[in-house]
Amino acid sequence: MNPPPPDSSTLEEPVVDSSRAAKLQADLRKLDADIQAPMESFPTQRWLGAFGLAQIGAVIFLITFVYTIARGIGVWGNNNPVGWGFAITNFVFWIGIGHAGTLISAILYLLRQKWRTPIARFAEAMTIFAVIVALQFPLVHTGRPWLAAYWLLPLPNANNIWVNFRSPLLWDVFAVSTYALVSIMFWYTGLIPDLAAARDRAQHRVRKLVYGILSLGWKGSNRAWQHYEKAYLLFAGLSTPLVLSVHSVVSFDFATSVIPGWHTTIFPPYFVAGAVFSGFAMVATLIIIMRKYFKLQHVITLDHLDLMNRIVLVTSLMVGYAYMMELFIAWYSGVVFERFAFMNRAMGSYGWAYAIMVTCNVILPQLLWFKKIRRTIKFMYPIVIAVNIGMWFERFVIIMALHRDYLPSSWHDFTPTWVDYGMLIGSFGLFFTLLLLFCRFLPTVAIAEAKMDAPGAQPTGGHHE
Amino acid sequence: MSDRKVVGIIGLFDDPDSLIAAAKKVRDTGYTKWDCHTPYPVHGLDDAMGLKPTPMPYITITAGLIGGALAMYMMYWMSAVDYPVRIGGKPYFSWPAFVPITFEAFVLFAGLATMGGMIVLTKLGSWASPLHDNDVMGEVTSSRMGVVLDADDEKFGEDSARDLLGEVGCQDIRVLYAADDEEA
Repeated sequence: MNPPPPDSSTLEEPVVDSSRAAKLQADLRKLDADIQAPMESFPTQRWLGAFGLAQIGAVIFLITFVYTIARGIGVWGNNNPVGWGFAITNFVFWIGIGHAGTLISAILYLLRQKWRTPIARFAEAMTIFAVIVALQFPLVHTGRPWLAAYWLLPLPNANNIWVNFRSPLLWDVFAVSTYALVSIMFWYTGLIPDLAAARDRAQHRVRKLVYGILSLGWKGSNRAWQHYEKAYLLFAGLSTPLVLSVHSVVSFDFATSVIPGWHTTIFPPYFVAGAVFSGFAMVATLIIIMRKYFKLQHVITLDHLDLMNRIVLVTSLMVGYAYMMELFIAWYSGVVFERFAFMNRAMGSYGWAYAIMVTCNVILPQLLWFKKIRRTIKFMYPIVIAVNIGMWFERFVIIMALHRDYLPSSWHDFTPTWVDYGMLIGSFGLFFTLLLLFCRFLPTVAIAEAKMDAPGAQPTGGHHE
Repeated sequence: MSDRKVVGIIGLFDDPDSLIAAAKKVRDTGYTKWDCHTPYPVHGLDDAMGLKPTPMPYITITAGLIGGALAMYMMYWMSAVDYPVRIGGKPYFSWPAFVPITFEAFVLFAGLATMGGMIVLTKLGSWASPLHDNDVMGEVTSSRMGVVLDADDEKFGEDSARDLLGEVGCQDIRVLYAADDEEA
């Protein structure tokens, strides 16, 4: 319908300088246009190429997944005593990747770190996709995923027996599924106003309909914003202890056992620091490409990357401290098995993996002390890639502690099979498939939050009357 | 055009200071059925509109406590009452081992209630508003800020509402008509 012409019979002049208001209007519209540009244009060849590659990976994942189910998990390199191999390594790796997203979206929000705004949405999306990928591994490891609910959840069953609530593996089930659900709700809550903005910009009927349904009829009403903002804050408040609990619980899988090297109190903080470390490295890895490709360098600036690199450096120091402390405590405990386990970790069959871990996670990130390196893409990029690799090997090294237990007669090395490699490579394909779809169809930067922080977007003279 | 039902009047502003001033004026005039529409949350607008504090935190904490209590009770009943199994020489009700799941259930219930409570309180899931399918919707989700005076309000009159918005310096005042009378 055509709105009636604006009423010109106003009684007073506007109370503020109109050029300032005009600038704000232009800024806000530019934010809308810039952030939503990738959603509104036809996919470029480079996007299609990347998506094709990701699809190949996803297909490899599907094939290895189905093959494992069809033939049983004997097709993996797992053996006795190495009952856990690549699957749990990949699981912990992907869960850890997810944690940076929650740290950025929740913890930095509570700490009022405004620099988080442009990267938060993307990091949260990464969290959700990483958790989805991570969940595939325990699921496939059950061998019969369609029955897994009976083993994982307290459901009534024919044997009348319940799951063991004293097991860290069961804690994991609750922790990770809660984490997945709460992360999705937190992310979706943040998306609602932006989906409404996308709905109102949409030209095509179908786009308007889809974004219209997804935005749940959001009208930008302040009576809604009031509840919405508090809900967002509450989600941040819930996610903060949640993310710390999730990786602590994941670490309990390796901390509450009696196997040498798997009986340690340092794991919860060490795992949380490691998760943030690997997650930030992954956010940097992806966002450096995304900002260039979508021309968002003025929204996600070098200052943001610099700050992320500082967090990578700090968490690298924490992880390095944990590596040293593990060795020290093994020696200080005086327990021969403990000492052997750690000497074997550094010098045994998988000493090469330990060397990769220390190089990538502790030595290389020290370069980030230099401002020039923190602020130059071509220098920082290899470092964050190295951290991604190093953190995968960290989990591998921990799990490979299994190959030398108390009884030498049961010692056995672990050799991955093509199915193991296929699932590892394929998991990246699945992750990138989801991420690339997200980049095409949803706003990669939180538009409402970016607008909120635009210059002049808030009333002058304080927040309250 | 004149025979279409008027459901409200919207005044559009270009900057947050004018919006706050307008909101205070409307609040002090005594309107109760009115709202502000903004593309992002504007600080201080809750006070300017005279809104009551949101009950969201109570919803979250209540649901969380219920979730935590249910989880602990469930584990107690399953491990110590329904099918007690001695594991690791521990008591049947070895509550410290049940703390992680109690915590996760707290967060899960609290999170679900926060989402649900937010949807109910903000009346999401309703597309029935004269703002939808109107050009003005796109303006307030993109960059401009609107004050809507609802025709259901006792004080509402098309001319008086127009005057009120004019008084606070609004230069773009539009009448909202009921959706079912639309021509196109």
